[in-house]
Parts: sequence; structure tokens; C-alpha cells
Amino acid sequence: MRVLVCIKRVPAPGARINVSADGLAVDTAFLGFTTSPHEECAVEAAVQLVEDHGGTATVLTVGPPDAEEQLRYAASVGAAAAVLVPADGDVDPQRTAAAIVAAIGRLEGRDGPFDLVLFGNESADSCGFQVGVRVAHAVGRPVVNGAKALAVDGAVARVERPSEAGLDRYALRLPAVVGVKEGINLPRYPTLKGRLASKKLTVETLDVLDAAPAGGLTTQRLRPPAEQGGSSTVILGHGPDAAPAVVDLLDKLGVLG
Amino acid sequence: MSTLVLVEHDRGTLAPATLEALAFARTLDAGAVEAVALGAAAEPLASELAEHGATAVHVARHELLADYGPEAWGHGLAAMIAACSPDVVLASGTDVGNEVLAHAAAITAQPFAANCVAVTIAAPGRATLTRLRWGGSLFEEATMTARPLILSAAPHAVDAARSPVEPTVATRDVEIPTWAARTVVVDRVERAPGLTLATAPVVVGGGRGVGSAEGFAPLEELAVELGGAVGCSRAVTNNGWRNHTDQVGQTGTRIAPEVYLACGISGAIQHWVGAMAAKHIIAVNTDPDANMVSKAGYAVIGDLHAVVPAITAEVRRRRSVAE
Repeated sequence: MRVLVCIKRVPAPGARINVSADGLAVDTAFLGFTTSPHEECAVEAAVQLVEDHGGTATVLTVGPPDAEEQLRYAASVGAAAAVLVPADGDVDPQRTAAAIVAAIGRLEGRDGPFDLVLFGNESADSCGFQVGVRVAHAVGRPVVNGAKALAVDGAVARVERPSEAGLDRYALRLPAVVGVKEGINLPRYPTLKGRLASKKLTVETLDVLDAAPAGGLTTQRLRPPAEQGGSSTVILGHGPDAAPAVVDLLDKLGVLG
Repeated sequence: MSTLVLVEHDRGTLAPATLEALAFARTLDAGAVEAVALGAAAEPLASELAEHGATAVHVARHELLADYGPEAWGHGLAAMIAACSPDVVLASGTDVGNEVLAHAAAITAQPFAANCVAVTIAAPGRATLTRLRWGGSLFEEATMTARPLILSAAPHAVDAARSPVEPTVATRDVEIPTWAARTVVVDRVERAPGLTLATAPVVVGGGRGVGSAEGFAPLEELAVELGGAVGCSRAVTNNGWRNHTDQVGQTGTRIAPEVYLACGISGAIQHWVGAMAAKHIIAVNTDPDANMVSKAGYAVIGDLHAVVPAITAEVRRRRSVAE
């Protein structure tokens, strides 16, 4: 089977997120970058499906040339092909979806259809909750988000997702689109062999963003929320001797029962 | 102008987040606030929705709306948008709310802004808004041009509030493509009622500082003693020490207990956004400068492996004295 996974390069923030002087981006001067967590699990899910059923996992990103780092990381854990749709800066969700649809059209026209297209449920940075759904509508395939389990059984993708009441199950006829959530699996670490293979991988570039029209949501600026707390932390004590003070507090807060 | 609020319900059981969305809709000052409920099972919810300010409840009737299905609900909502021509369509930014709005936005070819905390409507079809990025650790200010404006309200951005009006129900049959049946729930497993991480009154959380899977045993003991649940940070799940179902954070569970005892957790953004709704936070950490310590209301400086058993022992001692 052929699986496409759409991933996003995002900063890996520590304790706080600083904004660049122009207010348009996260200040990444002192930050590393990573694959958005849900998508890291989507890559693992794709690699496991290919291990079980044969075929190939392809990763695709709409992002800066540096996003090659995340594409190669995906290759180091088992993706066989990688596609970069070059973009400068933030791309709005409708335009991102349109570019991915165009890229899928090109790839499928040349190499045949993807049985599954996987997305993260939402990206860690912009949290738009929509690109996968938009792509699914544009290509006319069924889509379910929030997948915490995914298995392929013949021509059907079986998806489980938690709900308020328990667990919902879906059965999607392939080809289908699935939005994956972290927790669906524990992503593997790259092996030495995988790292070496990823260095040799040719990343294909598809310039399809220019033809994708801008959407109706336009970012004006980013700003951090007002700082909370700060130096007002009450120190209850040091080491095990603090236990009585902690229990006094639990009692005062009414949770001792 | 008018605002249509999506009623989130599970076969007739109302999701409380809907009432927040109704309260949020009133802050928009965008004309009448009406509700749209997908599926005839939602009809009996009309009086509760009217209690919370829905001046009309539009019920969409179709056999594919008997149970939840993302595509059926998306098409059902799109049909109601076509029928009611609202200026604003709003839902709560829950998993279901964001999913249905994304579908409706894709079908109507309109933009969608998820998890808004403030919206100003400059004119019909034009808004400036503030929405959450990074699970709430960063605000995005954006402009939106759309008919209708499709928005979700960040959970807990406003509290639900009563604003009683006379209930009015209008039920109509809607057209939904038959193929939308392909993504309707085919089967479900009901969870036994009981304590969950999301609803526990006390959560005892452990991070990298716990050091191992076995290291969680004292945290489990304290959680049992306090009638609470055990949580953990992403570092713990990534190390395979605990299941992802215990993970508190942006990509895990959002908790809102009375007390969160955060043990050996540095307090990175990823974790903090899942824990920040706790009413009171007690951090236990060897590092007095840890982010979790500076953000918490209370802290114990010390090694959790000594502190946590001492707290459990003290709780037990007081209980035995009280008896």
C-alpha cells in the first residue's frame, strides 16, 4: 500500500515562547526544531502499516528549505520518499491545503494513488484543526480526525478514537484520509542504518504553492499572553520535612476528604 | 446580523461546552443568537438552550444525523448555513466542534478560525480576532473575511451563563449526500463511569525526575490516598514509563483538578498548557528555579522520592489519629 504523511516543521520551545521583533513569527534564535508531535506519530503509523502490508511511506511538508531536516528524520525512521513544497514563512490553512492537494495530484498522476493520506490532528504551532479535512474534501475521500488506533483490513481502514462517552469506531473504505493523535503509538528512534539511508535520500521539490490562492484568515501579529504567577510562589518547605505543611494545605483546599 | 451556534450533543445528551459557546456568542454582539442542532434527538434540548439565551433552535432532521459522523454533520451544518444565512457560525473548540466546523468550512469554501478568545466584528463578513496557538501559550491576532464567519470559541474562554428566553423550535429536513454514511460511527465502547484524569479532583503528576516506570509507585500510592489520578509529562511517555493516556499536556489530556501536585516536572510549554487550568498547583522539585516552581502557587524544594512518601505517610497518620 502507498501511504502519504503530511508533516510540519515546528520550533521546539522550552519554558516560554518569545516572539520576533516584527511580531510575525516565533523567535527561534535559541530554539531547535522538531516535527509536530501528532505528525511524528503519523509517520510511525505509516511505517508500521507498510511493515505489515508492504508498500511505501512518503512524507510531504509545506515549509522552508530547512524543513528538509524533518523530512530526512522521517526517512531515518522508515519513510522511503520525501517531498518538499517550498514556502516562506507562515502559510494560511486554506492555502496550505490547496498546495497539498496540488502536490497529491502531481504525485498520484505520476506514481498512482495513495491508499491513505495521514495528517496530525492539528499542528503544534498554529493549531488550525483543518488542513487534513480540507484536503479530504478536495480529493473526495472520507476523513476522520483524532485517531488513537489505525489498522488496515483489506480495503478498509479501521479507526478508533476516544469520545466523551468512551471509544468510537469508524470503518473507512480506502482511499481515505486520517488525522492522527499522539498516543496512537510510541515513535521509534532512528537506527544508524536509517540515519545513513536518510542522508542519501533525494528530497523532491514541488513548486505548487504559488498557484494556491490565499485564504480568508490573515495573521496580523503574534503575542505572548500576560505572565502569570512569577515570584509569588509560596515555598512550603524543603525535603520530607515539608510534608506536614503540604498536608495542612491539602486540608485547607478541601481535598483530604 | 445573526449568529448560529452549533449544539454539540451525543444522541441527545448535551455537551456542556455548548453553553459556553452560547455565552461567547452573546459577546460578539452580532445580532440574534440562535442554535443549530443536528439530528432530531436534539429537539428536547431546546428548553435548556433557551435558558442559555438561544432565541431559536433550528433542528436539522436526516437519518444520517441519528449518530455522530464528521462528514454527515459537516454537510448538515452546511445545509443549515444555506437555509439560515447567518453572519457568524460558532461552536465550542472541542474535538467535535473543531472537526465539524472544519468540514463545514471546507464544504462552503470559507476560512475557519479555531479556538478564538476574542472576536470583534467590524462589519458583516469582516472580523478581527484573537485565537490560541501552541495550545494557549501564544496569541495570534488575525483578520478574517468570510460569509459566514466560521469560528470556534476556546474552551473556558468564557463561562456558561443563564440568559433565559422563550424556547422556539424550528425543525427542517435537510439534504445530506448519501455517501456521508461512510464516516458514521459503526461501533462504540462505552467507558465505565469512574475517575478519569480529566475529571479527577486531585492529580499527582510525575516528570523526568521520577526516573523510571517503577518510580511512579509512590505517586500511585499518594493518588489512591487522595482519591485522585496519576498524570505524567511527555518526557515520561516518550521514555515508555507510562501510557500516553496518563499524559498531561498540549498533545495529551487537559486537566482541571482542585489540586495538581507536579513532581519532578520542569514545566515546559507542552506540559504547562495541559496543567494550567488546575485551581492550585504544588510543585515538588529539586530545582528552585524550575519553570514549574515559579509558575506554581506552592512549592516544596526537594527530591520527590523522599517528599512524596512523606506526604502519604503524613496523610495516613492524620487519618489514623482522627479515627
